[in-house]
Amino acid sequence: MISENLVDLSRLQFAITAFYHFLFVPLTLGLSFILAIMESAFVMTGKQVYQDMVKFWGKLFGINFALGVTTGLTMEFQFGTNWAYYSHYVGDIFGAPLAIEGLMAFFLESTFIGLFFFGWDRLTRVQHLMVTWLVAIGSNMSALWILIANGWMQNPVGAEFNYQTMRMEMTSFSELIFNPVAQVKFVHTVSAGYVTGAMFVLAISAYYMLKKRDLPFARRSFAIAASFGFASIMSVILLGDESGYEIGDVQKTKLAAIEAEWDTHEPPAAFTLIGLPNEETMETDYAIKIPAVLGLIATRSTTEEVTGIKDLLVEHEERVRRGIEAYALLERMRGGDKADDVVAAFDALKDDLGYGLLLKKYTNNVVDATEEQIKQAARDTIPKVAPMFWTFRIMVGLGFAMFILIGLSFWYSIHHNVEQKRWLLKALIIFLPAPWISCEMGWFVAEFGRQPWSIGEVLPTHLAVSTRSVEDLYMSLAGFIGLYTLLLIAEMYLMIRFARLGPSSLHTGRYHFEQQASAGAAATQPAQAVKDPA
Amino acid sequence: MDYELLKVIWWVLIGVLLIGFAVTDGFDMGVTALLKVIGRTDSERRVMLNTVGPHWDGNQVWFITAGGAIFAAWPVVYAVAFSGFYWALLLVLFAMFFRPVGFEYRSKMENDRWRNMWDWGLTIGGAVPALVFGVAFGNLLLGVPFELDAFMRSTYTGSFWALLNPFALVAGLVSLLMLCMHGATYLQMRTAGELHDRTRKVAALLAVVVAALFALAGIWLYAGIDGYVITDSVSVGGVMTPLDKTVAVQEGAWLANYSKYPLMMLAPLVAFAGLALTLLMSLANRGALAFVASSLAVTGIILTAGFSLFPFVMPSSLNPSHSLTAWDVVSSHKTLGIMFWVAMIFVPLVLSYTAWGYYKMRGRLTTDFIENNKYSTY
Repeated sequence: MISENLVDLSRLQFAITAFYHFLFVPLTLGLSFILAIMESAFVMTGKQVYQDMVKFWGKLFGINFALGVTTGLTMEFQFGTNWAYYSHYVGDIFGAPLAIEGLMAFFLESTFIGLFFFGWDRLTRVQHLMVTWLVAIGSNMSALWILIANGWMQNPVGAEFNYQTMRMEMTSFSELIFNPVAQVKFVHTVSAGYVTGAMFVLAISAYYMLKKRDLPFARRSFAIAASFGFASIMSVILLGDESGYEIGDVQKTKLAAIEAEWDTHEPPAAFTLIGLPNEETMETDYAIKIPAVLGLIATRSTTEEVTGIKDLLVEHEERVRRGIEAYALLERMRGGDKADDVVAAFDALKDDLGYGLLLKKYTNNVVDATEEQIKQAARDTIPKVAPMFWTFRIMVGLGFAMFILIGLSFWYSIHHNVEQKRWLLKALIIFLPAPWISCEMGWFVAEFGRQPWSIGEVLPTHLAVSTRSVEDLYMSLAGFIGLYTLLLIAEMYLMIRFARLGPSSLHTGRYHFEQQASAGAAATQPAQAVKDPA
Repeated sequence: MDYELLKVIWWVLIGVLLIGFAVTDGFDMGVTALLKVIGRTDSERRVMLNTVGPHWDGNQVWFITAGGAIFAAWPVVYAVAFSGFYWALLLVLFAMFFRPVGFEYRSKMENDRWRNMWDWGLTIGGAVPALVFGVAFGNLLLGVPFELDAFMRSTYTGSFWALLNPFALVAGLVSLLMLCMHGATYLQMRTAGELHDRTRKVAALLAVVVAALFALAGIWLYAGIDGYVITDSVSVGGVMTPLDKTVAVQEGAWLANYSKYPLMMLAPLVAFAGLALTLLMSLANRGALAFVASSLAVTGIILTAGFSLFPFVMPSSLNPSHSLTAWDVVSSHKTLGIMFWVAMIFVPLVLSYTAWGYYKMRGRLTTDFIENNKYSTY
């Protein structure tokens, strides 16, 4: 049997590298469009300040993008290094969107990012603008294919188990692409990226406004980010992906855990605003509930039920029992007994094979599972409620806070008096980490909530790992953490330095520190800030 | 299209992606591996980095896409090879971490220690992957200690250090020096002045060394390394797993393909011709032609390795019958078909906009250019 330690360490390594990767992705998704909008303004108006904006925010974009590329490499290869059985079991269908992502999106983004930085003197204005838009479109298409892959892990449609090859195989490419879970996830995730880009530009522009420097530059950046951000935060909230939680069994289970919905109630179900979920008693203590809201959000109706955890448990236990039968038949077929009735019996039960495999955690033979082990396997299908309940509420809470901040920024920006609202400018700086925290919480809900499955109802996580030693994992984990920490320090150092320096870092002679320097040189005062950074 | 044909096409397509990776990303890895060898001053090193500046990121996608394509078309290889060669692959990854940040961060600070640190990072990011890929190919020819259980779970019993055997190290040197040569020919085409003269000498010298090492590896393969053959008659057009055949280890089997399909002899011939032309064109100071010749050499060398193995992809020394071959590691008929059309549409598209990018950025870079644009270049 596979050691629990190995499974936990492999999960930890994947979680750390994925969380880390997603520190850089949302900013790329959002800032690339903001750059494209700024450059469109430049091409249409011909005003120099817009080109300076593209170049300056482009510099910060580049600092962030480099680590996005670096950490993305890990994501592409880690399925093979650490999740080898997963790769074999679902590569036939899961590999396709990853390969298409490379061919269709990542090539586009990466080829044109080079021209974005180096092509200013080699391309016409319109050509360069086109290049910037292609970078933005490429990075967002990249997200589309990755989320199609991820959506399939949550809701594995368009695939079927083949006992001869011992793996899932594609039955419908269009079902894979148009998987509703993937579509909802895509819109939600990229919109969250746009909000991140907008908050980033808003907070740094707010800093220049508070310092009263480079105001025309800061005002224009602020206005573009505020309007782009406002549209995006509306999209995140209105198209919030809770609407995707009623599709497929894993998503239903996730919804029940997020909402600590222990029992199935008469529709439309009430929404638990806050409370203390108690796993022992299967109740939520001190719950404050708002009638009907959960039913409306989750099912978009007043008549459909939201299935509670207790009912899901009963269903899942049944499926574990059928899974045991499916497993027994599979072993017969692998042993060479391919009689028609055996194959037919297996086909009837194979959708529950994954539930049978859950027992592999407790007994290698599966078929000899005890009553207690079966009950335990069924209990494993419900993720821990409290972490789900809280991370979801942090994500949503910060989302609403950003909605208010960006809304106010947008309002005052169109009324041209945002510079007087110093409290708002300060709040924007304080809330700069909010979009990142929200994004990471969202991923936690999606992926922790998928447990115990790596592929929903198909392949349990503990079977998906590579056969490596625990020592290997400790060492590679240490390598990732060590290198990622060093790189993050370098990144933050440059990012903060250039953000503080502002457009003066372009060395055009038009901005604050250089003008101060020329004024300062006359008064024989040294200007520290211009000297060292390039 | 029938399944057998698709299996062959996918062997070719993965070969195309790997060669695409070596020919494009290979030269920028070569350039950074030579950063401290050829670049004497900070400005020279910046010239070197900026010749590949607009392109390295797009080039690197060949590597990522090759990984994705192996996942989609050869999932068993993706699973067995990447988990088996765990430390080799992580070493490549860790080294490659320094490339994006090295390029992007190096010249953002005017501080010698800072720049020197990233220069080392870039050197490692170019040299280590180039070396490891060759070592991995060497080990494929020797056979890899892994086996599969009835449920297709693979176990690798070798260690990382066992990969570093003499033959594999020679293969690693071929790969490393070949990409350094390739980088030097690219620099020859894109630089001027003293730096340019140095790149010519390095390219010419490396062409000779690579030819000698490649010949040595060939003789070694002929005289001292046993190959693998499928001994039972399997129907290669059907649904197969690596457990469905019998394989034997046989002396000289790696060279059997060349007598069976004499056209395959073209691969080593192209390799040697490419190396000879790289030498001649570098001496004649024809940078662009030297780069073309070097690209041919790279293609020929990789094809030689692939042809020698065919149809094997990853032979198992532990249990030869579990060896992975192009017939039994593939995805389903449907997936191979769909992915074939995806590749047919997007590979030409990628090639055309990549070519446009290179065309727009063509010409020689000088140290004067770097000094006049020091805030907007790498």
